[in-house]
Amino acid sequence: MNVATSNVATSNWVLIGTLSDIPRQGARRVKAGQATIAIFRTDDDRVFAVEDKCPHKEGPLSQGIVHGDCVTCPLHNWVISLETGKAQGADEGTVRTFALKRDGESIFMDASSIRTAGED
Amino acid sequence: MAEKLVIIGNGMAPGRMLERLYETAPDKYDVTIFNAESRVNYDRILLSPVLSGEKSFEEIIIHGDGWYIEHGITLYKSHKITEINREARTVTSEHGEVAEYDRLIIATGSQPIVIPVPGHNLAGVLTYRDLDDVHAMILTAKGRGHAVVIGGGLLGLEAAAGLQMQGMQVTVLHLMPTLMERQLDSSAGYLLKRALEDRGIRVITGANTKEIIGEKKVEGVRLEDGTEIPADLVVMAVGIRPNTQLAKEAGLEINRGIVVNDQMQTSDERIYALGECAETHGTCYGLVAPLYQMAGVAAAHLSGDESQHFTPSQTATRLKVTGIDLYSAGDFAEGEDREEIVLRDASAGVYKRLILQDNRIVGAVLYGEAADGPWFFDLLKNGTDISDMRETLIFGQAYQGGASLDPMAAVAALPDEAEICGCNGICKSKITGAITTLGLTSLDEVRAQTKASASCGSCTGLVEQLLALTLGDTYNPAAVQPMCGCTELGHDDVRRLIKAKELKTIPAVMQELQWKSSGGCAKCRPALNYYLVCDWPGEYADDYQSRFINERVHANIQKDGTYSVVPRRWGGVTSAKELRAIADVVDKFKIPTVKVTGGQRIDMLGIAKEDLPAVWADLGQAGFVSGQAYAKGLRTVKTCVGTDWCRFGTQDSTGLGIRIEKFMWGSWTPAKVKMAVSGCPRNCSEATCKDVGVICVDSGFDIQFAGAAGLDIKGTEFLGHVDTEDEALEHIVALVQMYREQARYLERIYKWTSRIGVDEIRRQIMDDPEKRRAYYDRFVHSQKFAQVDPWSERVSGKDKHEFKPMATLTLEAAQ
Repeated sequence: MNVATSNVATSNWVLIGTLSDIPRQGARRVKAGQATIAIFRTDDDRVFAVEDKCPHKEGPLSQGIVHGDCVTCPLHNWVISLETGKAQGADEGTVRTFALKRDGESIFMDASSIRTAGED
Repeated sequence: MAEKLVIIGNGMAPGRMLERLYETAPDKYDVTIFNAESRVNYDRILLSPVLSGEKSFEEIIIHGDGWYIEHGITLYKSHKITEINREARTVTSEHGEVAEYDRLIIATGSQPIVIPVPGHNLAGVLTYRDLDDVHAMILTAKGRGHAVVIGGGLLGLEAAAGLQMQGMQVTVLHLMPTLMERQLDSSAGYLLKRALEDRGIRVITGANTKEIIGEKKVEGVRLEDGTEIPADLVVMAVGIRPNTQLAKEAGLEINRGIVVNDQMQTSDERIYALGECAETHGTCYGLVAPLYQMAGVAAAHLSGDESQHFTPSQTATRLKVTGIDLYSAGDFAEGEDREEIVLRDASAGVYKRLILQDNRIVGAVLYGEAADGPWFFDLLKNGTDISDMRETLIFGQAYQGGASLDPMAAVAALPDEAEICGCNGICKSKITGAITTLGLTSLDEVRAQTKASASCGSCTGLVEQLLALTLGDTYNPAAVQPMCGCTELGHDDVRRLIKAKELKTIPAVMQELQWKSSGGCAKCRPALNYYLVCDWPGEYADDYQSRFINERVHANIQKDGTYSVVPRRWGGVTSAKELRAIADVVDKFKIPTVKVTGGQRIDMLGIAKEDLPAVWADLGQAGFVSGQAYAKGLRTVKTCVGTDWCRFGTQDSTGLGIRIEKFMWGSWTPAKVKMAVSGCPRNCSEATCKDVGVICVDSGFDIQFAGAAGLDIKGTEFLGHVDTEDEALEHIVALVQMYREQARYLERIYKWTSRIGVDEIRRQIMDDPEKRRAYYDRFVHSQKFAQVDPWSERVSGKDKHEFKPMATLTLEAAQ
């Protein structure tokens, strides 16, 4: 879906989709300008948003295996916490996280944080 | 507030110093570095491999630009410092940049000595010191021609070997009667000279250079005795001189180098000197070990720890010329109170000499076989009394009694800084330290905490030995390795219990077998998914979220997040129509790379995920199905042309290969399965290093299995001979089904075979027709559900969420 954010009544929060768009223990991608943001859904239906770029070699985290509230990067198996964005175990690095808000089935992301994504 | 630390010079010593400092006092200083060179910190020891072309510059970088940014270091490249003002506590660069310091480190290194003979200013006369020199040498070497290296020491010989590998005719001139006389005795020097001459390098010892001749650029070298040697390039490698000019102008105490105390402080206590420019205990050092020791002492002192002192220690040298094994350590002058042990094996080109004093090693020279060098050096440094092993000492570590033949002793003897895991650069002490401080007890835990053996895995044995050494009897390698951190059960137990308890979903397995984590992890979920797919065909619904991305989207993920697509090409046979269809797809989707794989197929690389269904749709219309090049499943059946064309062919190998592939495609296996059929024992399809291979002979078919040609290389085992194609197919299918049912996830056939035993497999597949038929039938049943082309499924809309973004946000509107 394409979302023109000015049409959304919630001032800062942009609708990005619904919970059922994302498979359990899976992820979908949201394109925002230069950046891609990965939206994850855990087995217990929590949702998280992180930049779709592993801190190691920029692997697409959205393509990884989701377990608990972590994802394992498909390129070199780094395990990233979806909550903090931090690499687990011996690896060091942090991926950018974004705030999400749920309203029933609908998932919203903070527009102001999206605007600065990908500007690094 | 952080104190200001300014460093002049950006070589290996200050680089190491900063690493140490950041370990102990990461926030104590604001660091500014001025470097006269235009580069980041690189490993000067490895310039020789760069010169010889064996390494690239990128491979010898120690700290890339990112490291400086990460630590907030201000790095001025190409900024030479011209003045130190000790009263104002500032330094000034040639570009006028001024920096204040609370502490200053001078690490200006050294300059190569240039012998002031006539002609030393000519173009084409170089020294061998930094990357610019190496680049200049490589450039000259492109024109082939003659090179003269003045100086037969370590550096000179490495330069000579490198230039020769770059294609030049090289002559080495050495003033002294034997090469590397500071490190080698005359016998080893002679052997070295001979080895260099054998590879075509001319060596003239006792050569006194009189002048370098040439008009504008160098044309040759003339010796005192009148000999003239033509040269397009002259490299002077006669020694180094500490760079002390700046310190001298600042009024610091100078002798040969900048004089420092045991804690690396100069005569001004706010100023330290490090590396080749520093002089301590009357000595300037040029080898890396003492320079790194200086770095450690200075870092400790800067962080407030005054307990560390520089202690002059013995150094060891190894010549870095490929193919010449040479190691020397300590002092090997003869003396009345000294004895020596010498081993010579002229035909093998081995020479070893140990110099003893009071039953302790004081010097060692090893030529031709230097593997024991570090061991001798350890004995030397530790002053070990060698009386007990004197008779066998010279033969090396492996010969020291029964105990040391044990590989454990060899691991125990490794120094703390010995690199165990080459992929991740993990040294011994890091591993043993993690085992003790974190209380690790298994290989998996060591991998998780240190990354040692977590990449290619070739050091797994060493890591296990370190575990055994550190934990003693409490380490039990025979204990069942749990599948992962989520369970205590090993793979075999899990497989057995899935069958016994009739567990048919992942949550059921986790519940019944008391998984410790809520939803498993990226290690156990793909394994469980495979076990369930294999054991309950038609009943178990494949859990795509538990599959690795490649198997989820039926393409191979690449480093940049794009995918590659490989259609099946039965037995490697293709046609003009198929090739044309592939060409059309490549053009239509602007696919950047098309490559033929090792399995006789065509790989299209660099396809965006969103494009995959459309690519498959076009390929599908031309009759292609997925090649499953991404799968833990049947990959390829490689063939030769067999009796159709080949004058040596004994059977229709192409036909059999296609038949096997059409029968077995789509099946999931514990790890990938690659096969081949060769039409005669000449074996053009390389069947004897495959998971399963067939060699056709006049009388029928020889079935081979359990080969490997990847991380490990291993020829196949012979399973047995059959007379007909039908029998060949039945045996192969039964073998693969046995493997599917018994192996652990990610275990290739050769590893499974080494665990189960070739005889057991032969017994079940060759000697027990009933068992064989049962395996065969179970495979056939499973194929009813497995042989669905995943590409056409997805073209018709399955899993379409995978290939489309959930949303595309227009940022302009977000104002």
